[in-house]
Amino acid sequence: MKLLPMFTASVIKTALTTMIAFSALRRNKLRSTLTALGIIIGVASVITIMAIGRGTQQRIQDQISSLGSNLLIVFSKSRRDNATASVNHESSNLTIQDVEAIRREISSVKAVSPEVAQNVQALANGRNSMTTIVGVSPDYLRIRDWRLTSGSMFTERELRNAARVAVIGSQTARELFGPIDPVGQSVRIKNMPFTIIGLLESKGAGMGGANQDNRLIIPYTTAMRQLTGDEYPSLVMLQIRSAEFMSAAEEQITALLRQRHRLSDGRKNDFEIVNQKEIADTVENITSMITYLLGGIAGLSLLVGGIGIMNIMLVNVTERTREIGTRIAIGARPSDILLQFLIESITLSLIGGSAGVGLGYAASAACSMIPNFHPIVSTGSVILAFGISFAIGVFFGFYPARRAAHMNPIAALRFE
Amino acid sequence: MLATNSSVIELENLQKIYHAGEVEIRAVDGVSLRIGRGEFVAIMGSSGSGKSTLMNTLGCLDQPTTGRYLLKGVDVAKLTRSELSQLRNQKIGFVFQSFNLLSRTTARENVELPLFYTNPHVPMRERQQRAIECLKKVGLGDRIHNHPNQLSGGQQQRVAIARALVNEPELVLADEPTGNLDTRTSIEVMELFKSLNDGGITIVMVTHEPDIAAYCKRIIVMRDGQVIRDEPNHSRLLAIEQMAQLS
Ligand SMILES: Nc1ncnc2c1ncn2[C@@H]1O[C@H](COP(=O)(O)OP(=O)(O)O)[C@@H](O)[C@H]1O
Ligand SMILES: [Mg+2]
Repeated sequence: MKLLPMFTASVIKTALTTMIAFSALRRNKLRSTLTALGIIIGVASVITIMAIGRGTQQRIQDQISSLGSNLLIVFSKSRRDNATASVNHESSNLTIQDVEAIRREISSVKAVSPEVAQNVQALANGRNSMTTIVGVSPDYLRIRDWRLTSGSMFTERELRNAARVAVIGSQTARELFGPIDPVGQSVRIKNMPFTIIGLLESKGAGMGGANQDNRLIIPYTTAMRQLTGDEYPSLVMLQIRSAEFMSAAEEQITALLRQRHRLSDGRKNDFEIVNQKEIADTVENITSMITYLLGGIAGLSLLVGGIGIMNIMLVNVTERTREIGTRIAIGARPSDILLQFLIESITLSLIGGSAGVGLGYAASAACSMIPNFHPIVSTGSVILAFGISFAIGVFFGFYPARRAAHMNPIAALRFE
Repeated sequence: MLATNSSVIELENLQKIYHAGEVEIRAVDGVSLRIGRGEFVAIMGSSGSGKSTLMNTLGCLDQPTTGRYLLKGVDVAKLTRSELSQLRNQKIGFVFQSFNLLSRTTARENVELPLFYTNPHVPMRERQQRAIECLKKVGLGDRIHNHPNQLSGGQQQRVAIARALVNEPELVLADEPTGNLDTRTSIEVMELFKSLNDGGITIVMVTHEPDIAAYCKRIIVMRDGQVIRDEPNHSRLLAIEQMAQLS
């Protein structure tokens, strides 16, 4: 029953004390500003660094997820590692039969496509364009989560027949055909005419910054037999039904491929399976570690700012010894004095904190003009900054405030 | 105990001993006093005779080493720190030799200051009104927005007196209130004290100057921490007249 009036009284008390503290800070504007500067710079640098870190992380994650979702990629080791390519060439390669076996036998695989690629020059309309042909199966677009803006993907039948059909990337299409719809047009690759049956939506840069819109996607049969002469796909992309089956699928595929490649128990895999989620997690771990590390280093400047506040509050307390003595004489309790100076230091650091958040936003905006920097200021880091500023105000303000509160009023009133 | 009711201050064998290294300093050495309501007391004595120490004890800023101090019949030694703060806030007004006003703060805000610490809380409007009233009472109704450095010494001391009055105390304690003032402004301040005392406020002040003490109704003289003389001021009215002519 008595709690409410007590609570109201302490709210009023705090409000009054805050007013006293504010008027004290106003009396010393320049000094207050200079003192807050340490906190301003500290908070601004923490926010900016966290924003840059987050932005970078987001960008990398976008690139990883632009690969598709629930993705497994199987590489053959000899393909990836050229030094051992000649050794045991036959058995160490992935084959189209491997791909078919995976499709047949592993039930959690939703879609699968081999991939062969080669850079070529494409000609049409008397124009030419450097582009990459990618030989895949009809499932490829589904695996990559990639849509067409017009036309359609080639069919299983066209794949079996090694038809000369192509789905064209947006940039290649623009280079060869300008603004007109390329579907139905013809393009020549290595003197062979291909009919364009679909136009891909723009996807932007992929992992490692490679341009993904500069593509011609054709059946792998056509690519291997007529264009590249490859006997084996360089990699196989698989989409798993859902995230929970990823690791099981990885194990099953490993077992299947080991069996098909006749690897005895002691021998290492001659292929490698990369799990998209694992890449994403690893990258996330590394980038957040770097972000927190840098943020922590920037946070050290907050410590310096806090010491600045403590220093100026000590000066304040000494300078205002007579004021403190007077206040005690006219009825201030030690707790009133403590609260007054504590609120002063908290106000100082919170003002510094808010100015720092503002400066942090401005610095982040400025950084976004640098290519490849896309800072994202998160609400979390703003709240964190305010929390830390508050804590600094309390922590570094407490000692000076306690000193003020415990002054002997008689000595304080005599102080020259 | 009937006598206690009408007395504001009762001291019984009050002692305050300081230790400066090996040496024991008896700043106040066995003072017994009774000061009744409406008295106007001057404490005189040479420097170091213990006047300030006695005043600090009367103002509850300091505890005596031994002896008893009853303020309006209440034994001050039995109060908590927080109760003492409220006592100083509501029952006692302090006037200092060096004014002790907050600089860069207006006269009105200075006078309001004690009300910030008053329990229960005094609303802002009332705080301001009471501060302005008190400033009018000390003749500074036209200076409420001035900062201390825009006021003369006498005016600053009058702001300080207004601050001492804002919570309508029964007792005003003033340690050498005219010590930093010239003769004319000293007389102004003493006239003000006199009118406050006429209004019923008990005043105890310390002064070196007999001319200033002449305004008081009772003069106590101290030496070496002891009261060596304590008598009514018979020549008061005559002295006041003469002083008034001086200014
Ligand atoms: N805090 C203290 N510590 C030690 N001695 C003190 C202290 N305060 C006052 N004294 C001594 O007590 C005596 C009385 O001082 P004070 O009351 O200030 O005298 P007055 O106000 O009459 O000049 C002096 O000898 C002074 O030096
Ligand atoms: Mg003195």
